Amino acid sequence: MRKFIIKRLLLSILILFLASIIFYGVLNNMPSDFFEVKAIEMTKKPGNKLTKEEWVKKLEKEYGKDPNLVRGYCTWMKKALTLEFGESWHWNVDVLEKFKDVIGNSFFLALAAFILQTIIAIPLGILAARKQYSKTDYAVTVFALIGISIPGFFFATILKYILSVKLGWLDLYGAVGRFHDDYNFWGQMWDTFLHYLMPILTLTVTGIGSLMRYTRTNMLEVLNSDYIRTARAKGLPEKTVINKHAFRNTLIPLVTILGGSLPGLFGGAMITETIFQIPGIGYTSYQSIIKGDIPFAMFYLMFSAILILVSTFITDILYAVVDPRVRVQ
Amino acid sequence: MKKTDKKKGNYLSMKDSNRIAKENRKITRELEKKRTRKNIPEEEYVTEMKNPENIVEFDNVHTYFYTDAGVAKAVNGVSFGISKGKTIGIVGESGCGKSVTSLSLMQLLQRPSGQVVEGAIRFDTGEQVIDVTKIPLDKMCDIRGNQLSMIFQEPMTTLNPVFKIGEQIDEVIALHKKDMTKEEVKARSIELLDMVGMIDPEGVYRKYPHELSGGMRQRVVIAMSLACDPKLIIADEPTTALDVTIQAQILDMLRELKERINSSIMLITHDLGVVYDMADYVVVMYAGKVIEKGTRDEIFNNPCHPYTIGLMKSKPVLGKKIDRLFNIPGNVPNPINMPDYCYFKDRCDKCTKECDGTYPGEVYLSPTHMVTCYNIPSEQGGDL
Repeated sequence: MRKFIIKRLLLSILILFLASIIFYGVLNNMPSDFFEVKAIEMTKKPGNKLTKEEWVKKLEKEYGKDPNLVRGYCTWMKKALTLEFGESWHWNVDVLEKFKDVIGNSFFLALAAFILQTIIAIPLGILAARKQYSKTDYAVTVFALIGISIPGFFFATILKYILSVKLGWLDLYGAVGRFHDDYNFWGQMWDTFLHYLMPILTLTVTGIGSLMRYTRTNMLEVLNSDYIRTARAKGLPEKTVINKHAFRNTLIPLVTILGGSLPGLFGGAMITETIFQIPGIGYTSYQSIIKGDIPFAMFYLMFSAILILVSTFITDILYAVVDPRVRVQ
Repeated sequence: MKKTDKKKGNYLSMKDSNRIAKENRKITRELEKKRTRKNIPEEEYVTEMKNPENIVEFDNVHTYFYTDAGVAKAVNGVSFGISKGKTIGIVGESGCGKSVTSLSLMQLLQRPSGQVVEGAIRFDTGEQVIDVTKIPLDKMCDIRGNQLSMIFQEPMTTLNPVFKIGEQIDEVIALHKKDMTKEEVKARSIELLDMVGMIDPEGVYRKYPHELSGGMRQRVVIAMSLACDPKLIIADEPTTALDVTIQAQILDMLRELKERINSSIMLITHDLGVVYDMADYVVVMYAGKVIEKGTRDEIFNNPCHPYTIGLMKSKPVLGKKIDRLFNIPGNVPNPINMPDYCYFKDRCDKCTKECDGTYPGEVYLSPTHMVTCYNIPSEQGGDL
């Protein structure tokens, strides 16, 4: 097991290194250049004496951007190794500080959606499998298919149209309301809850379908297996057969998927966050990338890469935990 | 069920298939409703044995599968009894309804499509005689694994891969012997593992199924089925998936254990040698019907149905040199839309004009020996 972990760690480092090269290369060749936009802005200011090109050079020097790609990458890498990602150009604060500010919002949003998805999708999937081809099954399947097929941004727009525009119950966007600071603690909580309601609903509905289908398929496979017949032949009541013998086996693929998606909770939901303007990591990095804020974008991409590596790693470990057959000797 | 128009072999149009599925759903829903209703009165399932010597009586059992291609009559009017303390062998080709017969007894059919639609399966629990086809599920659960247990065909897949062997055996004992403490249950499990010839029962107790070989797993399954000293053990091809040396060991063990706890065995197998070795009575099944039954000696010394004769001829005999083993031409007919004449007619080499008639009636050659065939040689004493 230790050998396996060490091997995976070394491999991860190599992947991260290669990924960082690609990220740096791509980000530095983005069509939107932060300094160009800024320089144009500066040349239009009254009392300006420099040309655009001169402004670009000046700004680059001020912000510490190396025009040489390779040298720039090496400097970035050296700093990154000491966990120093520099100052964000767009936000004018340290990258890590900005990250700390926004990650909470993303995590809260994703966690709420994740919990809701899990507690809705798994029981529904099991129910559908137990009553295969019944009306319940069809209803659940249709619901799941709608969830899978509907794009997040579309569903979010419909929600906004109904709940905000037509009914006027919720605000169109934002993480908190206009009078947030005037409320007492519980008022603030309620205000936050109301603002997070639609994003959470969007994420839940669009994510629930695949998990439900997955649970149903797995449960069906398990329910038709020989050891379930054995469990019944032992005289176990149907409840024990389903909840103990079948569920434990259904868990094998489910836990690995769910465990694997845990790091993703920190990754932020870029589209949903942007639509509802929730200041999470997704929305923040969306703005950073649009503006060509390389230090922040670079950090976000590396962070995502690490999250993906961690989740596949967790998946592999969890496999061994839930399935005794794959435990590495 | 209307007859489906058969244009090209087994081809069914979408329309036909949908119609069949719809009709099936109607029928199965009706049956399921009847089975799952609450508070089934006791009078409905408590009955009397026809012969008090029997532990189980199958009485004209019909088990149908409502598939989208039509109703498959997997078991179509099977009647036989199993005496207390005796072994009965059930033989026949694949697809003859042997396993479905045993699953009907255990009530383990894949519902809702599989249903016992007619007949009774009476089981003597010691206190009362019950009809398992009408008993509510929770009552059935008290009998399964306790007085009635089953050894399945595939030892590689019959054990739950995520639980330790010990847990799986403990479970049966704890379920049916509620007064035993945890330690007693564990001691009993280890005793059982020892009884089925495990070399290191305590080590096996802590192992997972994937750490054992096929033969060892089958022993575990047998240990599990013996856990509560059942009155009847159903062994559904217990040795088919094992190699020949292990087969012999497992069969010896079964016989020995049967004597020790004095239970009956319903042995389902393809292997006539095994049947000759183990069984007191033999039932030969073909296409969901019993075509011949009798004591072991009657069947082996005087097989009367052409199918039984064919089966006997197709087994190799020690010391006899032949180029090719005999085989019965053709296959078991499709159980959907069976005609009303002898099902074996198309494959029979002794077919006569009489065989065009309806399905042959039962002919008793002796009080125990029954055949369903038109052409019983007169010197055998056959008369209708």
